[in-house]
Amino acid sequence: MVEASQKIPVTVLTGYLGAGKTTLLNRILSENHGKKYAVIVNEFGEIGIDNDLIIGADEEVFEMNNGCVCCTVRGDLVRIMDGLMKRKGKFDAIIVETTGLADPAPVAQTFFVDEDVQKNARLDAVVTVADAKWLSDRLKDAPEAKNQIAFADVIVLNKTDLVSKPELAEVEARIRGINPYAKLHRTERCQVGLSDVLERGAFDLDRILEIEPEFLEAGDDHDHDHDHHHDHDHHHHHDHGHGLKHYHDEDMQSLSLRSEQPLDPARFMPWLQQLVATEGQKILRSKGILAFAGDDDRYVFQGVHMMLEGDHQRKWKNGEKRESRVVFIGRDLPEQAIRDGFQQCITT
Amino acid sequence: MKEFDPGEGPSIVSITDRVKLLPLGGAVGSVHFLGDRAFFVGAEESVAIAGIDGEVTRTGTHFGAILCAASDGKRLVTGGDDGKLIAIDAKGETTVIATDAKRRWIDNVALHGDGTVAWSAGKTALVRSAKGEEKTFEVPSTVGGLAFAPKGLRLAIAHYNGVTLWFPNMAANPEFLEWAGSHLAVSFSPDNKFLVTAMHEPAMHGWRLADNRHMRMSGYPGRVRSMSWSVGGKGLATSGADSVIVWPFASKDGPMGKEPAMLAPMPARVSVVACHPKNDIMAVGYSDGVVLMVRLEDGAEILVRRTGGAPVSGLAWNAKGTLLAFGAEDGDAGILEM
Repeated sequence: MVEASQKIPVTVLTGYLGAGKTTLLNRILSENHGKKYAVIVNEFGEIGIDNDLIIGADEEVFEMNNGCVCCTVRGDLVRIMDGLMKRKGKFDAIIVETTGLADPAPVAQTFFVDEDVQKNARLDAVVTVADAKWLSDRLKDAPEAKNQIAFADVIVLNKTDLVSKPELAEVEARIRGINPYAKLHRTERCQVGLSDVLERGAFDLDRILEIEPEFLEAGDDHDHDHDHHHDHDHHHHHDHGHGLKHYHDEDMQSLSLRSEQPLDPARFMPWLQQLVATEGQKILRSKGILAFAGDDDRYVFQGVHMMLEGDHQRKWKNGEKRESRVVFIGRDLPEQAIRDGFQQCITT
Repeated sequence: MKEFDPGEGPSIVSITDRVKLLPLGGAVGSVHFLGDRAFFVGAEESVAIAGIDGEVTRTGTHFGAILCAASDGKRLVTGGDDGKLIAIDAKGETTVIATDAKRRWIDNVALHGDGTVAWSAGKTALVRSAKGEEKTFEVPSTVGGLAFAPKGLRLAIAHYNGVTLWFPNMAANPEFLEWAGSHLAVSFSPDNKFLVTAMHEPAMHGWRLADNRHMRMSGYPGRVRSMSWSVGGKGLATSGADSVIVWPFASKDGPMGKEPAMLAPMPARVSVVACHPKNDIMAVGYSDGVVLMVRLEDGAEILVRRTGGAPVSGLAWNAKGTLLAFGAEDGDAGILEM
């Protein structure tokens, strides 16, 4: 078995048409970082860099033959990964660019369900490039754009120079209304530190350290003092984080559950499995850090639609608050039923 | 994982000391014989050629990964991620058969006895006759596998949700065999009565061509990546489990309603199978590097290679059945005279 650290990290790059995915991709490929990337693109020729590891893909989404309708994978990706693995050692990481209209789920799920893909590669993060000027409109009329925001681990809010401060605050509030957990970076021409988008380990169970909404964290971009033009604006927002406008998105929400009382694993696990089995189509992403009764280990899990993976992570530290936190991001989530179900899992 | 060590036990005959070892260096993708020389297709760039004398020569082929290879015993044809389809003759000389205009990956290749070659890039399947006449056919999704029927010029194209049977020289509409799911490798039984595919799921699917009746062959713990017909097509040996799964095809119903034989169980998965061209024995490679020869009738085993670390990735017999060659993912290989 290949150790997780030896598996090739895969970054999924999504974003609605024209948001700036290609700009970011060109930057990643042209910057002098000493790393070689294999890039799987859907449109040949847009990338102005000569690289024999740029591969055209067809975005063929297949249903798995297991009777689960949302269990879709990218068949072309399975094939391409297979071919790329013949050139192991010739590249350090893989970037999968999706079309503007793509749902990121089948890409992510490919890394969960395909045995061969899983053996050699690991999903690093879903990075969504969003257009500060047009995203608010797209969130109203394009369900794909909303999916991409909801699914993201990292959001690059691009073209901030084309909007006023109030407009920027507005679009950010809309993003946060859908996904308060992603790392958000404001950029012009996708000028973001590459370490902010690559090697994030967002799907690494060992790195699920905190699941707090981003705007509650004071130093979101502590590592952000390199080059960007938006420092001012940025810190200003954080200082007044709680005063931001709050939007509740009509159909895409995040739902956060917590309990200071330990959970009963004999009730929680079946409940969670049942929940994703019945509501998995609506649940885009899930994550949790759990304190089980009679268990000195932190248990962590994460999921994409119906697929879950979880493990004991480490011992609870002395003095660490043994609190369970679970987050779901999804469409039309049955909030009350989920809250009631979770409540039933708490030991009394 | 436990190491396989037959120790001093009398239960298994070992001929490991008769194997000529060939440390090739680069990962082996597949092995083929042209005459009495074994051609080890590398994962990238070149093909290593060796005879029983153990002398290795190397022929450069693709600038990049070698994605597929097929041989008819007279030539070896490989497709690469450089968009090229290259033929290699028994002397090791190469000829470029085709270059994809868009430099798409050549994913699959198949050879017909009359010199026709078929290959695929994305959703397009192409055939070129020995005279150089080329025809193309588009299927609805990426081609997973190609195989020529043993009779006539008929090409099976595996793809998502089924297999298309195309007659490149006839105006008739292609036939479509439907079955939900993603179909990869495809193979006709030598008697032309059955067509089987290895699926993306850990299962095989089959059709009886007379009436298109379905055969589901499932229960594998892993995907089936290698299959081989035994002499006369009586059985189909497959990889994917920790024993060789051999489906019975001797009767007119094929494996319908029958259990497969499960031979040569080991504490590792079978990664490659190659049936002997004349006798009812097969060579079996495992994910821990072990190579066995196994008699189909009773499962009697002969050890050819002990645990070697990396999975065995290629196995082949020469046409006479006197030589066996194997190669592994770590670049170790060997050749054995029977």
